[in-house]
Amino acid sequence: METVRYDSVDDFGSHVKRLKASGLARRRRVLVCCGTGCLAGGARGVAEAFAAQLDRSRQAELNLVVKRTGCHGFCEKGPLVVLMPRGTFYKGVKPEHVSQIIERSIVGDDVIEELLYVEPGSGKPVAGYGEIEFYARQTRVAMRNIGHIDPADIDDYLLRDGYAALAKTLSTMTPEDVLSTIEKARLRGRGGGGFDAGRKWRSCKRAAGEKRYVIANGDEGDPGAFMDRSIMEGDPHGVLEGMVIGAYALESHEGYIYVRQEYPLAVEHLQRAIDDARARNLLGDNILGSNFSFDIEISRGGGAFVCGESSALMRSVEGKVGEPRAKYVHATDKGLWDQPTVLNNVETWVTVPRIIEQGAEWFAGLGTEGSKGTKAFSLVGKVKNTGLVEVEMGTTLREIIFGPGGGMLEEGERGRFKAVQTGGPSGGCLPAAQLDLPVDFDTLTRAGSMMGSGGMIVMDHSTCMVDVARYFLSFLVDESCGKCVPCREGLFQMYQIVSRICEGEGTAGDLDQIDDLSRAILVGSLCALGKSGPNPVLSTLQHFRDEYRAHINERRCPAGVCKALITYRVVNEACDGCGACLKACASSAILGTPKKGDTFNIDEAKCDRCGACVTVCKRGAIAVG
Amino acid sequence: MKIEVDIKPTEQILARYPAQPRFLISVMQDIQLGYRYLPREALERVAGALGVPLARVYGVATFYKAFSLTPRGERELRICTGTACHIRGAPLILHELQTRLGIKPGQTTEDLVFSLEAVNCVGACALAPVVVVNDVAHGNVSVTGVRRLIRTPKTPKTPKGKDVGADN
Repeated sequence: METVRYDSVDDFGSHVKRLKASGLARRRRVLVCCGTGCLAGGARGVAEAFAAQLDRSRQAELNLVVKRTGCHGFCEKGPLVVLMPRGTFYKGVKPEHVSQIIERSIVGDDVIEELLYVEPGSGKPVAGYGEIEFYARQTRVAMRNIGHIDPADIDDYLLRDGYAALAKTLSTMTPEDVLSTIEKARLRGRGGGGFDAGRKWRSCKRAAGEKRYVIANGDEGDPGAFMDRSIMEGDPHGVLEGMVIGAYALESHEGYIYVRQEYPLAVEHLQRAIDDARARNLLGDNILGSNFSFDIEISRGGGAFVCGESSALMRSVEGKVGEPRAKYVHATDKGLWDQPTVLNNVETWVTVPRIIEQGAEWFAGLGTEGSKGTKAFSLVGKVKNTGLVEVEMGTTLREIIFGPGGGMLEEGERGRFKAVQTGGPSGGCLPAAQLDLPVDFDTLTRAGSMMGSGGMIVMDHSTCMVDVARYFLSFLVDESCGKCVPCREGLFQMYQIVSRICEGEGTAGDLDQIDDLSRAILVGSLCALGKSGPNPVLSTLQHFRDEYRAHINERRCPAGVCKALITYRVVNEACDGCGACLKACASSAILGTPKKGDTFNIDEAKCDRCGACVTVCKRGAIAVG
Repeated sequence: MKIEVDIKPTEQILARYPAQPRFLISVMQDIQLGYRYLPREALERVAGALGVPLARVYGVATFYKAFSLTPRGERELRICTGTACHIRGAPLILHELQTRLGIKPGQTTEDLVFSLEAVNCVGACALAPVVVVNDVAHGNVSVTGVRRLIRTPKTPKTPKGKDVGADN
């Protein structure tokens, strides 16, 4: 490969022009999704099969390139292969399908029907990427490159106008121009709080200090959220470009990307992107020949949820224990090493180049009055299409869940929609009555939940809301850093109470006590982990109080989840004696011999109510009650 | 009971970083990766080299989940207990692994083969429930499928089926 280094903006411009005019740019593209989801489904084998069967000369001969891309967001259907420009979309591809795909759809002009995605609504197979409802109903801004480019190939990013916003910034804009553009776009931070990014940048710029720092928060700790991971893995240059532009506005020269320990692939792709950008003079000293210098270092997290909180994150970058600080000292005044610091989420950073490119007016034209632009959500749980969804702010929960989400996963009474959890452990559960709520930062907060980083977990009637509350409390008890007593001890006490309720030992005064504790925790904690910690309990109490009452007064778990309140029983009329449950049971609590006509019984004393038998029974012959 | 600790890898790791306190976490992550735990001898060496009090090194070691003060197994099973996995049956998977291996999260089997860890979301929510074995994610794990993940390494069988596809 030729070594390219841009000594000026013009240099950069003419190279991109040449790149776009080259034959390589016009080739057809075979996109093999290699995001974490598809890799878990076996995408590596698929990519290797393509590489083995289509070597370089064969690719040239067929006028195509095979690319390993980041996450397409439709993880459940993986491994995915997309043929561009036609947009043929194959799901569930296995290595043994590859020769067939090459022969029929690449050399030939045929579509392999059995690999097509079948729309759950119509039951019809769909050939084109753009026609699939999951994608057709999205507006992708932050995720616009993901899945279309090879994250390890900087040229791929350039072909999609990557670094054009940086070139524009350095050649035509002053730092003040950039700052006011972000202010005018009214971009709000995508990490959870929804703080106005322009205001944050402005206060940092005004603060006195020896130097200023820029940080990207990639410590996506909210369980059920993985947009940031996909962005870092699938479009790493987008994050870098946003940070360089931000640093130019702030006249900062050092930046950090803090990445969760659980995301090794994100670290790998970001590091590669940093090295490549440095080599091309898009990062480092005198970027694109200007007198602006800025460099970025990756800081790996140590696996602590609280480090997603900005002041804790900064302590962690400094190599210390990640404990938050009181908020009367703003990070924009005294952040990393006590210098003025701007910390934004990776989704916020990746949005910055788009705003510079297309203008503040364009961005402010999307979304609602208070929340501009789009938001990426990870739509997971009991929906048909789980994956990443980016929609305009103000889209209703119903439109998201029953649009791209394709509706509820399971049929029947228990499969009906019950609640959607947003905002992670700081958020809440919203019931069916609020499905028509337009989603933006302010409406969700008013409804007792919050935007958070964008996790959206859909629950049906087989989910027990008291158990969900207990789940989040146990999460928070585990993750509380321990600095503030109300958070450390208060959440623990709440956990004890809710656990007792789940175990059928709840008492009449429990719910009042939860209310009292919640208030103390809200007032007495320093950071958002404690301040919003009671939210999951409060919102379930608000919307699903009956379920708490059933546990306390009737010793009954309506969803059939809480172990102490349920029993399992074999319905012999439905049982065909296959014996699958017998093998699944780790406590040997099922009595009987696997043969037709035999009857099975569950020894209640031995049964530890794990539910393994229910999951393996194909005939639904095990009743929970 | 005392295990002889070879300090050489620690020296090599330290040589890769400037001797500044801010690299403490990075150095410790590399040590954890190399030794599968943080030996006291290594931590003493790190404290001296980076100029950080040993107490603070231990503070960091016990604060972050990535670190372990006792040796972890060859195969680290990390069961995702994120919300999406939780409602799609992670507690059942965890229960199954606990029963079969006879250890609790945070523990290692006596033969140092398996470690069990319950983690908060590995970010593969669309494939819930997920178990990560030494950085390879296995999605849509079923209660019976999970047993394939804990076959002893001495008798490897070709894994088949959706939930172990990544090995293909």
